[in-house]
Amino acid sequence: MGDTSERSTAEPLEFRDATKRYPGSSEPAVDGLSLKVSAGEICVLVGPSGCGKTTAMRMVNRMIDITSGDILLGGRSVKERKPEELRRNIGYVIQQIGLFPHRTIGENIATVPALLGWSKARMAARAEELIELVGLPREMLKRYPAQLSGGQRQRVGVARALAVDPPVMLMDEPFGAIDPINRERLQNEFLRLQAELRKTIVFVTHDIDEAIKMGDRIAVLQVGGKLAQYAPPAELLTAPASSFVEDFVGADRALKRLALQRVRDIDLWTVATCRAGEPVGALRERLADADLDIPLLVDAEQKPVGWLSERGLTGERVRPELRSPAEPIVELDDILRDALSDLLARESMYGPVVDAGGHVVGALSIQAISHAIGHARDDVRGAADRVDSDRAPEPAEPAGDP
Amino acid sequence: MSQAPIAQSGGFLRNRSGDTGCPSNDGICLGWMVDHLDRYWDPFLEHVVLTLIPLAIGFAIALSMGLIAHRQKWLITPLTGLTSAIYTIPSISSFLLLLPITGRGNDTAIIALTAYTLVIIFRNVITGLAGVPQHAVDAARGMGLTGTQLLFRVELPLALPEIIAGLRIAAATTVGLAAFAYLAGAGGLGANIDSDIDFRGNVLVCGIILTLLAATLDAIVLFVQRLLTPWRRAVVT
Repeated sequence: MGDTSERSTAEPLEFRDATKRYPGSSEPAVDGLSLKVSAGEICVLVGPSGCGKTTAMRMVNRMIDITSGDILLGGRSVKERKPEELRRNIGYVIQQIGLFPHRTIGENIATVPALLGWSKARMAARAEELIELVGLPREMLKRYPAQLSGGQRQRVGVARALAVDPPVMLMDEPFGAIDPINRERLQNEFLRLQAELRKTIVFVTHDIDEAIKMGDRIAVLQVGGKLAQYAPPAELLTAPASSFVEDFVGADRALKRLALQRVRDIDLWTVATCRAGEPVGALRERLADADLDIPLLVDAEQKPVGWLSERGLTGERVRPELRSPAEPIVELDDILRDALSDLLARESMYGPVVDAGGHVVGALSIQAISHAIGHARDDVRGAADRVDSDRAPEPAEPAGDP
Repeated sequence: MSQAPIAQSGGFLRNRSGDTGCPSNDGICLGWMVDHLDRYWDPFLEHVVLTLIPLAIGFAIALSMGLIAHRQKWLITPLTGLTSAIYTIPSISSFLLLLPITGRGNDTAIIALTAYTLVIIFRNVITGLAGVPQHAVDAARGMGLTGTQLLFRVELPLALPEIIAGLRIAAATTVGLAAFAYLAGAGGLGANIDSDIDFRGNVLVCGIILTLLAATLDAIVLFVQRLLTPWRRAVVT
């Protein structure tokens, strides 16, 4: 059980008309919430303050009891289970992390194992395993929370939540108190961890950008605890279900969509390549078939050298000295938003696209990007790949759709 | 225990007819003080008992009241009011007020002294428990700690510094108040002071002993606190 090779399988989670009404309040905090989270997916609950997102999350582990409706975890109603037992099997991470200041990091991580009566040796081994999993040195286990930075504490919070390898995790604004640079890093680390662990996660945030980045599916809640839309990020951005969702995702939702796609996901322009000294006649024929009317000079390995100028085509043979720099060079794995930013920064309408080996495979132009945005509505599924913005050369994660 | 100091008042510390020089002038007589320290040993032990027993009982009662009131918040105000009201009764009158009910002796002194510790310790228990970081409590509940586990594993350890701070104040206060216990017929160093209050050497010895007792108790409690709260000394890097 404590062995990483025998991970508990994630369980699906379902809200069935779940409602929370506080006594003395006319409006429900959560109003008939129904949604399904597939096993191993991150479901982000997002919305303005007062929309009941945290309440909805806390109903899962019965920190708040449901007034009517039900929540099923692995097909079983949470109401049938003793709250304490239920909670020990659900990872719990909150914004303030809530590490116990009087316990060492090792003891903090072993909180739930201690409740379950694990042996000391097993708890120590598990703590070592987890501290490494979240990327902290083992020496940290003997320290107290006050001796750690905010980012380190946050990692310990995640490690503690994973201690007994629960099938489900609840995360309430887990990165909310972290500065922007470290938040981005922690988000990426967490996505990498999740790609490996594949927990079912309910993730609460008020930040739509974080929701888009972290979520396989996003539930947008509006004030009064009503579900406004439940969809994968790309669909939310291309087809907002209501004016509320449209406003909430923001006027720049087309740009946000670009953050979800990589260069390889869109139709690139074809480009005519040429080498120094080759006959201009044949090049002109290829040029007629290419999307881009300027030839790209490449070296013997098909790596870009520069754009050939008009005058470079006037002679019999291609004159390589008549060229302008082929910048920016874009990689297939680049995030589309970053690639667009590169184009704008270089005041360039297009740039050569290379594969991982540096070989030219086409060109990315601003027209191609806007074309991709324009056609997004017809092609929501194709864009559903989640993108990790630090461009780690890892295998692409499975599509967010179940 | 010693029931008789008042009866010996005046005569038992120094023999006025035999003493000459400094003691007969009611001076601060270092030589006499050193020579007659043995006369203070038994009263000192009585004083320690009169301090420690009320502290222990008071701590047990105040902690229990604090834990109950922490769960039943509405009790905080009436319990604070009650213990504060007791504290406002002048100590000398409370010793005398209890005499007709509990009679002369240690019991009366211990009851009165215990009552005075309550408000100090109770308030600090409540403040300490209220000061436990809410997010630590939320995380503990979210991880499946039961109410009892939450109390003993999270709340009490984190409230400990505040509770112990209360205990330290209570200890110092009780050492001082126990000097009036002789009024209820109990012993202690108060009896020595009263027996020869004009003799400055005598009063000074008692004062020094009381001060040392208070300081020692404080140091012991502080030492225990440091043992129990290692996280407070962890160096923030």
